[in-house]
Amino acid sequence: MALRTPLYQAHLAAGARLVEFAGFDMPVQYQGVLEEHAAVREGVGIFDVSHMGELTVEGPRALEAAQRLVTNDLNKCADGQAQYNALLNEKGGVIDDIIVYRHSPQRLFICVNASGRAKDFDWMKSHAGEGARVEQHSDDWAQVAVQGPKAAALVDSLCEPRVADLAYYHFRQSTVAGARGCIVARTGYTGEDGFEVFCPPDGARKLWDAFVSRGAVPCGLGARDSLRLEVGYRLYGNDMDEEHTPLEAGLAWIVKLDKPGGFIGSEALIRQKKEGLKRKLAGFKVTGKGIARHGYPALRQGARVGEVTSGTMSPVLKEPIGLAYLPAELSKEGTPFDVEIRGKPVAAVVVKTPFVTKQAAKGA
Amino acid sequence: MATYPESLKYTKEHEWARVSGNVATVGITAYAKDQLGDVVYLELPEPGATVKKGEPFGVVESTKAVSELFAPISGKVLKVNKALVDAPEIINDDPHEKGWMVEVEMSNPADANELLSAKQYEELVASDH
Repeated sequence: MALRTPLYQAHLAAGARLVEFAGFDMPVQYQGVLEEHAAVREGVGIFDVSHMGELTVEGPRALEAAQRLVTNDLNKCADGQAQYNALLNEKGGVIDDIIVYRHSPQRLFICVNASGRAKDFDWMKSHAGEGARVEQHSDDWAQVAVQGPKAAALVDSLCEPRVADLAYYHFRQSTVAGARGCIVARTGYTGEDGFEVFCPPDGARKLWDAFVSRGAVPCGLGARDSLRLEVGYRLYGNDMDEEHTPLEAGLAWIVKLDKPGGFIGSEALIRQKKEGLKRKLAGFKVTGKGIARHGYPALRQGARVGEVTSGTMSPVLKEPIGLAYLPAELSKEGTPFDVEIRGKPVAAVVVKTPFVTKQAAKGA
Repeated sequence: MATYPESLKYTKEHEWARVSGNVATVGITAYAKDQLGDVVYLELPEPGATVKKGEPFGVVESTKAVSELFAPISGKVLKVNKALVDAPEIINDDPHEKGWMVEVEMSNPADANELLSAKQYEELVASDH
């Protein structure tokens, strides 16, 4: 049987359609993906993302240990700041994409994908070294994302201390709608302004109801996926995996190869960079008829040259958009190729991402 | 809860057919569109194409899912709802009327006798839950 988040009953009460995702019964939609998508682009939506996992790295050498484990430079991340990061294997393949929250150099809080709860923990624990203790806290936290142009005012009004002054990718401990001990971060996965709130499980329902009763529209994984794809955010398991490096996945901006001491996977990336990238994740639009989906082949003159990793009809643009791994020479903006849709080649063209330009920058 | 017009016949794959003489108009049911989620794309055959009972004649896609359309009856496509192909979201609001997809001249009008009544279809859908 699938696992349930602390908000499972709230989803049932709201008439959600549930699907199994990464071992959890999660709401894929409530009223409809398009309506929920629009709520986040124009107003405010709330997502249950309690399936995501939480780990901590603590101890006198916590920061040094984390620096060896992740691609970005945590010395550039101040206490109270968060940083988007990747965890790599020795070959440079992406084990997971994560956000590291730096309480202090001795205390780091890490949010991982649901599929990484056990995998990331095992990897980090076995590679942390001395003076750094990796702990599993995934079941100790619920998490909601409140997103949209009206999210900041709403979240701020329910927080004590307030959070409106928090800059992008910064966080604070706060009491939210009466739930003590929450971590409120100005982060998100939609391209909109907003917050992600980590909350002790027993306070989650009260917090959820407080947001919904004040106008936040419950949104499911369907809208979460179309929102993130419109702004070009990668999804682990689709656009990133252990077979592709962050350089290939277009995440060079979180890879600091000049970081003193390097990190696990850095040698492989330096080699790859020197040899030149052979394939790259590229954004594209389908110009013919059809929607490209995860796993569809990318073709050039009838021959398979790559693969679609994400694809949907953009609710904002009303055009089919997607991401695909393509040979580097075919990954430049304006390059035509075909996507094989149900056995037939359909015209597509490489375009810049984000597909939809939003305020939120790409991270710290 | 959706209601299923008694003037329509239904398939287990959640298509409907409105039969008039030897012509059948075909679409998908309210249940099908609820299961799919918001419809955003539709692929239908051209007029003149033949469709075969129980076999795919087109594709309907929501933001998340791809689903084949199965012909409730065999025959030749007379008309295609072009307005629907251009604006498939019409299905989300009105699957049983404006959401019609194709009009088919039946090659074997007896096919229609094998389709489900509204009552039978309602029972099928109820047991799906």
